[in-house]
Amino acid sequence: MSNPPSTPAIKFEEVSRHFGEIKAVDQVNLEVNDGEFFAMLGPSGSGKTTCLRMIAGFDKPTSGSIYLYGQDVSNLPPYDRNVNTVFQDYALFPHMTVGENVAYGLMIKKVAKAEQTKRVDEMLELVQLKGFASRKPSQLSGGQRQRVALARALINHPKVLLLDEPLGALDLKLRQQMQVELKAIQKRVGITFIFVTHDQEEAITMSDRIAVFSQGKIEQVGSPAEIYERPASAFVAGFVGTSNLVSGEIAKRITGSEKTFSIRPEKIHLTTTSPSADMVSLDGVVRDVVYLGLYTRYLVEIEDGVDLVVIEQNLKTTSMDVLSAKGQKVKLSWHKDHISYLEA
Amino acid sequence: MHSKKAPLGLTIAAFGTLLFLHVPMLIIFLYTLTPDETTYTFPLPGFTTKWFGIALQRADLWRSLILSLKVATIATIIALILGTLAAAAVYRSNFFGRESISFLLVLPIALPGIVTGIALRAAIGGFDIPFSFWTIVIGHATFCIVVVYNNVLARLRRTNPSMIEASMDLGANSFQTFRHVVLPNIATALLAGGMLAFALSFDEVIVTTFTAGQQTTLPIWIFSQLNRPRDRPVTNVVATFVILITFIPIFLAQKISAESSDTEGENK
Amino acid sequence: MLVVYLGSLFSLLINSFYYIDDFSGLIIREFTLRTYAQIFTPANREIFTRTATMAFFVTIASAVISFPLAYYIAKYASRRLKTWLLIGVTIPLWSSYLVRVYSWKLILAQEGILSYFINLFGLSGFLKWLLSFEGIGGSSLALSPLGMFIVFVYIWLPYMIIPVQTALERVPNSLVEASSDLGAKPLQTFRTVILPMAFPGVIAGSIFTFSLTLGDFIIPLAIGNSKFFIGQAVYSYQGTAGNIPLAAAMTIGPVAIMIVYLLIARKLGAFDAL
Repeated sequence: MSNPPSTPAIKFEEVSRHFGEIKAVDQVNLEVNDGEFFAMLGPSGSGKTTCLRMIAGFDKPTSGSIYLYGQDVSNLPPYDRNVNTVFQDYALFPHMTVGENVAYGLMIKKVAKAEQTKRVDEMLELVQLKGFASRKPSQLSGGQRQRVALARALINHPKVLLLDEPLGALDLKLRQQMQVELKAIQKRVGITFIFVTHDQEEAITMSDRIAVFSQGKIEQVGSPAEIYERPASAFVAGFVGTSNLVSGEIAKRITGSEKTFSIRPEKIHLTTTSPSADMVSLDGVVRDVVYLGLYTRYLVEIEDGVDLVVIEQNLKTTSMDVLSAKGQKVKLSWHKDHISYLEA
Repeated sequence: MHSKKAPLGLTIAAFGTLLFLHVPMLIIFLYTLTPDETTYTFPLPGFTTKWFGIALQRADLWRSLILSLKVATIATIIALILGTLAAAAVYRSNFFGRESISFLLVLPIALPGIVTGIALRAAIGGFDIPFSFWTIVIGHATFCIVVVYNNVLARLRRTNPSMIEASMDLGANSFQTFRHVVLPNIATALLAGGMLAFALSFDEVIVTTFTAGQQTTLPIWIFSQLNRPRDRPVTNVVATFVILITFIPIFLAQKISAESSDTEGENK
Repeated sequence: MLVVYLGSLFSLLINSFYYIDDFSGLIIREFTLRTYAQIFTPANREIFTRTATMAFFVTIASAVISFPLAYYIAKYASRRLKTWLLIGVTIPLWSSYLVRVYSWKLILAQEGILSYFINLFGLSGFLKWLLSFEGIGGSSLALSPLGMFIVFVYIWLPYMIIPVQTALERVPNSLVEASSDLGAKPLQTFRTVILPMAFPGVIAGSIFTFSLTLGDFIIPLAIGNSKFFIGQAVYSYQGTAGNIPLAAAMTIGPVAIMIVYLLIARKLGAFDAL
């Protein structure tokens, strides 16, 4: 199953999906590379899940085309495309055992029984559920069900694996553990993974590239670092982490241009010393202080009604120190390179 | 769930109502033992079990029983197939008429049997179809379908729709998905619906009077005794028999439904 | 099958516009309203009134009687007991309609079990007094509208209990507690909170009790006196008289009433309680 590296695993060409008046997906263009761990990130209703469902074949585009390794699959039913899905609620068949669930795709293909057993065992081992084959889904924990869903979706060796909010139903600890594990499994099987999430931290931790969705359109596609450090729009800057947006007159005073720029709170320093030439420097008054243990969040007013959020790690300071900063005049500084101009 | 104790008055009223619903049937059992052939005297003037033997010897009763069983079986089979199809169609589709279809399918239960009966009678007469075994079956199938439809639709609505998508996703076409995923999930609903339909058909009398020709189902036989009692003690035996034969499937059907909704509750 | 059913209903409608030739006794298949005119003869009007009155009172009585059991099941019974109680209510709902009517023939008989207990408790005078009333009385319970009323309530009661129970089930306990917390006495809570919220269930149940009483002909034939009810009239018109058009016309009335009733009930949200 070798594909020329130039062929994208998934390609969206001007894809739209309308539900009546609502444009759930609006003229989206997108390419996902072979072997990538790709995240579709966005708030609910942004069109990311609809995109995933169109790749799987549960929904059909109103217009535009979707290509799977060069083949137009826009109108193929789900069972005729080599793409499998891990559902948000896992969608395990309650009347079947774990083994039967995992073997389902093979049974449909009428693979010989012995071969089925062998491959089910391999898959269960991959997801660390060896020996669970004869249990019923109702006897498993949430994390275990998720692994079964993963094994079931991988057994057919799909060209692309789709994951719909795969970790949404798990608690924080388990989620963090599964993030690492999913990544490792993807490395091992070498299949393109596309997953949908509304959790920016999850997207940043796990994926090679991220597409940020808003209102049916893609705002930005890029590596986690690009998305975080160079947000292309106000939406991305706000949705992925927190960010200070500065525009108009003040922006001009700082950068010499009226163009809106964003600066991450952790890139801003509270100083007393004079900054070097490549640093930006501003005066401000601390309006509010929130002590958060590992770090402290300050709200600093740099002009009437314009506040910047600043985050400082509590390396040397104590809570007493930071809280006494409220109301004091401070100097803010950041490196010029840490500014990211938004596209107009 | 709060475990407050109910006021005594409420408890008595509640269980009194329950008794009111069940005692009359027990009284029929009692009367199968009366030696009195012509009246319903209470207390019973004595005890005898001879009527069971006499009822067993009656060829006309056997014929009616077999007819009723045949009608109920075939009507149930038709209902299982068509009721499931109707439920699946309504569940899957979002088409405009969906609500009205499900409204129409409730009609045969909400409208009294006499309407269904006379309507079928008019139609049968209109097409000059001779009254036969099959006209009874068609009549019974109308309300049996509704029962199956309701049971199956309720179950489908509680079935996770992404399960069906998961099956298609794993390569199964619609038919395979129905066979491997949908059918096993609605199996108990079908069983419950089928048993209810069977029981309903077995003691149905109103629609039958309009759709039967010369055929006498067991309920028709009882009905004739209601107006002109000739074989009172035998009627008691037959009535007892009808209670038992309908009681069992209905009891099982209710148990199945209660249990399946219970286990679903636990899985959530 | 739906086609058969709707087709039949349609042919019923068509038939109601035919008429029967008085002389030859044959059905004349041409459009006319004269069959409908026959419905409004005093005799038939009386049948309609009698049936509707009975259906009305049966519905009211079922609603009242259903409450304690429905409330007990919804609010007090443990999970296990609830399952069993519900089975106890649904079994008579589904099973042996005819036999359950028949059982009252035994119970209400003059020499039967009810009379025995009435005499035992010395209430026969009271019963005589009740039966002496025109309209509800008769020569004995088995032959009186009062007896019919009891049997109707008995037969259709489960159809009321289930929807009322479902509706009560949906009244959150916190609402009841909130009401008593705000100072309402139990009876006030019942009147101001529980009753209004159970109302859709009562409406849903009334669809059955009312409609089924309207159309029943077995009970009036088995119990009751010789005065006709709609169902009975339909039965005899189509049977002995072979007058299908008149029988059809007479059923169209109740059907129309029930469809309007169903549509209103659906608006009121009664279908959710089904």
